[in-house]
Amino acid sequence: MSAPLIVVATLLVLTAVGFYMGRSRAVSTVSGRVRELHSLPGYYGYYVAIWCGLPALFVLGAWLALEPTIIESMLISGLSETARDLTPQRLGLMINDIRNVADGNVSGASAEPAIQAAADRLNSLRQISSIALAVVVLAVAIAGLTYGRHLVAPKLRARNNVEKVVTAVLIACSTVAILTTFGIVMSLIFEAGRFFTKVSPAEFLFGLEWSPQTALREDQVGSSGAFGAIPLLAGTMLISFIAMCVAAPVGLLAAIYMSEYAHPKVRAAVKPMLEILAGVPTVVYGFFAALTVAPLFREWGEAMGLSVASESALAAGLVMGIMIIPFVSSLSDDVISAVPQSMREGSYGLGATRSETIKKVIFPAALPGIVGGLLLAVSRAIGETMIVVMAAGLAANLTANPLQAVTTVTVQIVTLLVGDQEFDSPKTLAAFALGLLLFCMTLVLNVIALHVVNKYREQYE
Amino acid sequence: MNSHPTPSAGAIDAKEAGRRASEAIAASLKGRYAAEKRFRAYGIAAIVFAMLCLATLFVTIIGTGLPAFTQTMIRLEVTLYPQDIDPDGNRDPAVLSRANYRKLIQQSVLDLFPEVTSRRDKRALMALISPGATFDLRREVMDDPSIIGQRVSLLVHASDDADQLEKGHIDADLPESERRLNDKQIGWFERLKERGLVVTRFNTTLFTNGDSRSPELAGIRGALMGSLFTMLVTLALSFPLAVGAALYLEEFAPKNKWTQLIEVNINNLAAVPSIVFGLLGLAVFLNFFGMPRSAPLVGGLVLTLMTLPTIIIASRAALKSVPPSIREAALGVGASKVQTVFHHVLPLALPGMLTGTIIGMAQALGETAPLLMIGMIAFIVDIPGGPLDPATVMPVQIYLWSDLPERAFVERASAAIMVLLGFLVIMNALAVLLRKRFEKKW
Repeated sequence: MSAPLIVVATLLVLTAVGFYMGRSRAVSTVSGRVRELHSLPGYYGYYVAIWCGLPALFVLGAWLALEPTIIESMLISGLSETARDLTPQRLGLMINDIRNVADGNVSGASAEPAIQAAADRLNSLRQISSIALAVVVLAVAIAGLTYGRHLVAPKLRARNNVEKVVTAVLIACSTVAILTTFGIVMSLIFEAGRFFTKVSPAEFLFGLEWSPQTALREDQVGSSGAFGAIPLLAGTMLISFIAMCVAAPVGLLAAIYMSEYAHPKVRAAVKPMLEILAGVPTVVYGFFAALTVAPLFREWGEAMGLSVASESALAAGLVMGIMIIPFVSSLSDDVISAVPQSMREGSYGLGATRSETIKKVIFPAALPGIVGGLLLAVSRAIGETMIVVMAAGLAANLTANPLQAVTTVTVQIVTLLVGDQEFDSPKTLAAFALGLLLFCMTLVLNVIALHVVNKYREQYE
Repeated sequence: MNSHPTPSAGAIDAKEAGRRASEAIAASLKGRYAAEKRFRAYGIAAIVFAMLCLATLFVTIIGTGLPAFTQTMIRLEVTLYPQDIDPDGNRDPAVLSRANYRKLIQQSVLDLFPEVTSRRDKRALMALISPGATFDLRREVMDDPSIIGQRVSLLVHASDDADQLEKGHIDADLPESERRLNDKQIGWFERLKERGLVVTRFNTTLFTNGDSRSPELAGIRGALMGSLFTMLVTLALSFPLAVGAALYLEEFAPKNKWTQLIEVNINNLAAVPSIVFGLLGLAVFLNFFGMPRSAPLVGGLVLTLMTLPTIIIASRAALKSVPPSIREAALGVGASKVQTVFHHVLPLALPGMLTGTIIGMAQALGETAPLLMIGMIAFIVDIPGGPLDPATVMPVQIYLWSDLPERAFVERASAAIMVLLGFLVIMNALAVLLRKRFEKKW
């Protein structure tokens, strides 16, 4: 990887050289009378630098993206007949072996001679490729530089051209967000589609049993496993419900107190504290839930004669609720503060107390925004991963008892994908189907919530 | 209407009704004021509850994590017999590194307790010393071969059980079978203490080592470096991309369907669960582009996509707060649109953008779930030296350690949390400072 770095560094130096060459050339074409130039001399510098750097950068990117595939196909075509007749999976394993030997991860002494030879060839191919890369990229850069410098003339509209490139780069930046969404949707749909060729969507969406682990061995009875997502959804809902039972009242009341009652000094002290609660990483909450809250609940349960699972939904839900409190309170705070002061004063004028004003005037006025905020909080609870991975169970129990262990969609995604390398079993692909489900659920919630919040915001502006 | 000055029956009725109404109001006032007080108390209770949760969280973590910052060491006198280390006497490093240092350590421990003879007891006694002692001794000898033949004094790590005993986490009153150390071992350790051979010092190992299977040798250096590389990649990509996107959307973009689509898209991306970004990374970066598993580079890419919406939204807010008069003035003296934005608007908006970036980076630093998907969860002893080496990051290390049964690992997880929170506090403080220092009210 150091070779491309050197190439990039050289390219940067060349670009800088291009800048100075362009600028001085522009000044010398008008023999120092800068006013005769169309643009400021610096723009001619940028113009040449762009000609030098941009095409070369494209070549570099394309090369690095295509290099592995090309080298692999060259490697395969050089292998013996018997190797080329292998099934794709065996061939993949063999190529992996060759790579390991070539990288020196496996000592060459223990490798078969054929693999050793192939590894040597791989190394030489890589070396050739990196040298060729350096040569091609630098050639393109120098050609661009010469051409750009050749174009420099007093009449050249350098500034306009440079600004066009700048705008194009900015547009490219803003499409990254679109590409991300596109990538998420495409990868989820593609992998989930492969899953649904093996397991029917109806079984996935309405099946009451989830036990993907049985799919590990092909010869086993019932090797297809059971991929019914209902227990996972039920578990997710149960934990999210418990979390909202904690977060909604606490967050709302805290927000109301802070915006309607609290002295500005109290507000200034409490608000940052709530923000700290929001800034704590979720893994820390998971740690707290798994090692402090869950054992505590178990002890209390035993003292009261209840059987509480050590990975009870209650513990995970409660801690998740604590995590969401600041989220609910800050969103509600915004909404409540947006209710016009005149409505409060009108209510006070009629003799209502503060709490009556809040309950009968402000709360109804702010309700759509609060509902939107709560929906966003629910979507966060559904998508939250680390707390449930650490504190909720793995077994898919279909139960509404908060003292028992349940599992969630996110927990299953993590368990299915962590440490598992094979990519064609329904077990791994199921994670993407679950991911798609999760994405759709949160997307619907978010769209509704954002719509409600925005609509409400417009009302009072 | 009758306008006689004498009160009519109707007026008396009205007066009576008014009196009754005000009586009813007066009677209800007590209840209403009580309701007011109750409501207020609910609000206070909610805030107190939240604060209590925060306090419990911190107290638990600090309480569990503090012991991990000290480490029990045992001072051993080791005689470096030349025939054991370097029989040929030519100080060949290959020979030196292969010598049986474990035997030397064992000998020096047994010298302290001559009465220990049976195999079982010997093994039990050695269980007080960390397996890392062997490596410490080897390093000592490799660094300075001239000490061969001498008797050196070496400070070695106590095993994690002995460490826990010293810290008082092993209850000697429990029945022997329920303890990690038996009565004999506790007795030996007490004798080591009486002779002044047990030293408790600041746990530097925690900050110099990578992960390990032995808790006393496990450190967060590897995870810290992994986090550092991941954050560098994230910062290098997300800041320019986000600033570019924000500049385009706020300053250049025409108001049409396309830009509206981008806007809705960014708002929705900000609320997509982080684990979905992990799935994206797995499917696209690992499986499609064939990038290496467990590499900070891929972690950085995934976190870039995840933090991008946050930084874009903050950057747009910063651009919005720059008053239009600045732009108009620049355009008025003949600057082009691009010149106006880059020479005048961007410098004024930069502090706000940086604040947003720091907050986004803090979020990325604490993120765990997407990194599990791309394999940054492997057990990695070596300290990564670049963004392509397999690595793990701080939050993942915390997750890994808190899953292990040994109490010492849980303590280290708490200590790692304290370090991580320390970094987050510094970053957030920096963001606040930046905002305070450069915030302008136009």
